Amino acid sequence: MELEKYYYDNKIVRNFAYATMLWGLVGMLVGLLAAIQLVWPFMNLELPYTTFGRIRPLHTNAVIFAFVGNGIFTGVYYSLQRLCKARMFNDLLSTINFWGWQLIIVAAAITLPLGMTTGKEYAELEWWIDIAITLLWVVFGINMMGTIIKRREKHLYVAIWFYIATFVTVAVLHIVNSFEIPVNFMKSYSVYAGVQDALVQWWYGHNAVAFFLTTPYLGLMYYFVPKAANRPVYSYRLSIIHFWALIFLYIWAGPHHLLYTALPDWAQSLGTVFSIMLLAPSWGGMINGLLTLRGAWDKVRESIVLKFMVVAVTAYGMATFEGPMLSLKNVNAISHFTDWTVAHVHIGALGWNGFLTFGMLYWLLPKIFKTELYSKKLAGFHFWIGTIGILFYAIPLYWAGFTQSLMWKEFTADGFLKYPNFLETVTQILPMYQLRVVGGAMYLIGVIAMVFNLIKTVKAGNLVANEEAEAPALLKQSHVHNPGEHWHRRIERKPVMLLVLSLIVILIGGVAEMVPTFLVKSNIPTISSVKPYTPLELEGRDIYVREGCYNCHSQMVRPFRSETERYGEYSKAGEFVYDHPFQWGSKRTGPDLHRIGKKYPDSWHFNHMLDPTSMSPGSLMPSYPWLIDDVLNTSDIEKKIQVMQQLGVPYPDGYDKQALADLTAQSKSIASGLANDKINIESDREIIALIAYLQRLGTDIKASHTQTAKQ
Amino acid sequence: MKFINYLESISGVSVFPMISLLVFFIFFILVGIKVYMMDSKSLNEIMNLPLQDDEINNPGNLKEN
Repeated sequence: MELEKYYYDNKIVRNFAYATMLWGLVGMLVGLLAAIQLVWPFMNLELPYTTFGRIRPLHTNAVIFAFVGNGIFTGVYYSLQRLCKARMFNDLLSTINFWGWQLIIVAAAITLPLGMTTGKEYAELEWWIDIAITLLWVVFGINMMGTIIKRREKHLYVAIWFYIATFVTVAVLHIVNSFEIPVNFMKSYSVYAGVQDALVQWWYGHNAVAFFLTTPYLGLMYYFVPKAANRPVYSYRLSIIHFWALIFLYIWAGPHHLLYTALPDWAQSLGTVFSIMLLAPSWGGMINGLLTLRGAWDKVRESIVLKFMVVAVTAYGMATFEGPMLSLKNVNAISHFTDWTVAHVHIGALGWNGFLTFGMLYWLLPKIFKTELYSKKLAGFHFWIGTIGILFYAIPLYWAGFTQSLMWKEFTADGFLKYPNFLETVTQILPMYQLRVVGGAMYLIGVIAMVFNLIKTVKAGNLVANEEAEAPALLKQSHVHNPGEHWHRRIERKPVMLLVLSLIVILIGGVAEMVPTFLVKSNIPTISSVKPYTPLELEGRDIYVREGCYNCHSQMVRPFRSETERYGEYSKAGEFVYDHPFQWGSKRTGPDLHRIGKKYPDSWHFNHMLDPTSMSPGSLMPSYPWLIDDVLNTSDIEKKIQVMQQLGVPYPDGYDKQALADLTAQSKSIASGLANDKINIESDREIIALIAYLQRLGTDIKASHTQTAKQ
Repeated sequence: MKFINYLESISGVSVFPMISLLVFFIFFILVGIKVYMMDSKSLNEIMNLPLQDDEINNPGNLKEN
């Protein structure tokens, strides 16, 4: 057979590797800032752009989409070429993929601190960035599928299946979750409302974990662990089962983020059952990764790359054991809304994604620069400070999670809440937050050491931009089915078929989960007293979303006695039907706000937003002085009402014209109420709108109670 | 939301989740059975794919990293 000569594109791999390091540093630094803010609130700097509510989305987006995202591209662009024995399909597409992705990241880094957000966790980016992501993802898909099609190796190695499934599923998730109607360049409303929005969002959120943080990295594991250990994967059979079971099961598991919420019971149970089943493929994959080192464990002592990878795969095993446990309703009752969840995701992010990325970079950069790692000692230092950093991060937060949850739920012998003041449960865990800062800082120091080490390495070597390779062309006849050949290998040879099959598999789960909720009216019982927000409340809600209040406050009182005692009546699905987007939140750094309406006077909210510690001494909440200085922008109110009407919110016809007058009247009445309490403020300020919204929260149902009482 | 109306017009749409569950179980069992019937010779060939480029292109480059 005649050998064809071709060249691997290492330049694109190098670029993505650099971007991975850069954004890793940025994302982790922002994360450290967020951790510090939770200990010393003055670090919010009293600036809108640097408050926790805007910094935390910046951190999560930077780490997930910038650090891990570039990590995925680094690994895929390196391994795909080698596994396909072909250069990437098109160099221009590779370049567009690289620069486009960096531009999107920069857009995110600018818009999120500016408060331009959709208010949906891990999908905060506004509509035009969503469109750019979609286009960019298609570019990546074409480039990948093109490479696979022009390959010189008939079999598609398992890593490539994971890449294909990643491409397909992320596309579906992103598009379905990002349906929104723009009001203007900076603002859009989710087309889904309340329970439906929550279900779609967590179907997305969970599967972003699955198909952005897990499947591509499993692909990288199946390539780079055998590479680093210089031996094939433990069981290829297991990897086939791992693949199909994982993508089949993962897509169903989303509702476990919404246990005990207003989501219908059947959907909650479905999520739990599939989450428990997920344990099998996840651990199958972990065992497959670890057993690849069978008989070669001595290499782990020598190889820094393998050290990182072993910890990564172990962290994957821990996180995927914990996940199903957390999806059990009785465990979730304790863990949900606490720092336990934060600890859990950081085992995944710092351990699995972080360490696998580091292992890959330490292996890959010396390779494409044809040199040795600058300092093995420094890499060893990185390994240990990183590992200890993970422990210092996670263990205090597990402790904090348990402590807070137990304190929330504790009753005295007389049947009263033992800690009725939420703040007591916050100050109690402050030392744990301090330890978390230490852990995060240690981890970051390790990464800085790595970046230094790799810069030195790169400087000592020369990039082999186009690496020469040879392989025979793939003969046409190899596509013909040989009698007696195994069916799955036929699938393996047909990438497009694999793509379509993966798509069908994940759509089945998504459809089964969501269609019934959209359809069956009885799933979301309507409550007649629940009315659309007034124009002022709507503006106030937009401020609530802009400031990222949902990062620390839930709007979901679960049906537990400990919660109804503390907050009031538990939340009903029908109360959220006009919430575009839903704001249930996932973490209670502060108390739940669903029943905050009319609990305190307007003046309390005013003073609390100006300086939280004046009303709640010891509070960790940032101050929001700009809400008092800034004039509320009402120029879009007409358009906002129109968009809401388009989404089915029953404002009367032509109400958009009347909205501004109603808004002004309501804000004047709030301002005059504040004046009675000796707070003199113009009625056109943002704080007035926010107070209007907060005072409305969860009160509609009280109206229905008083009506019933009167009857 | 408008697309709900389209979905609602599908008769018997409530059976969809049941069908998908069945599809899942049947598919999964089939994968399980078939995987154990694969012949190990070609499996061996596939699982060595990641290690091939070193052997082909850089003989002698198999030293420990």
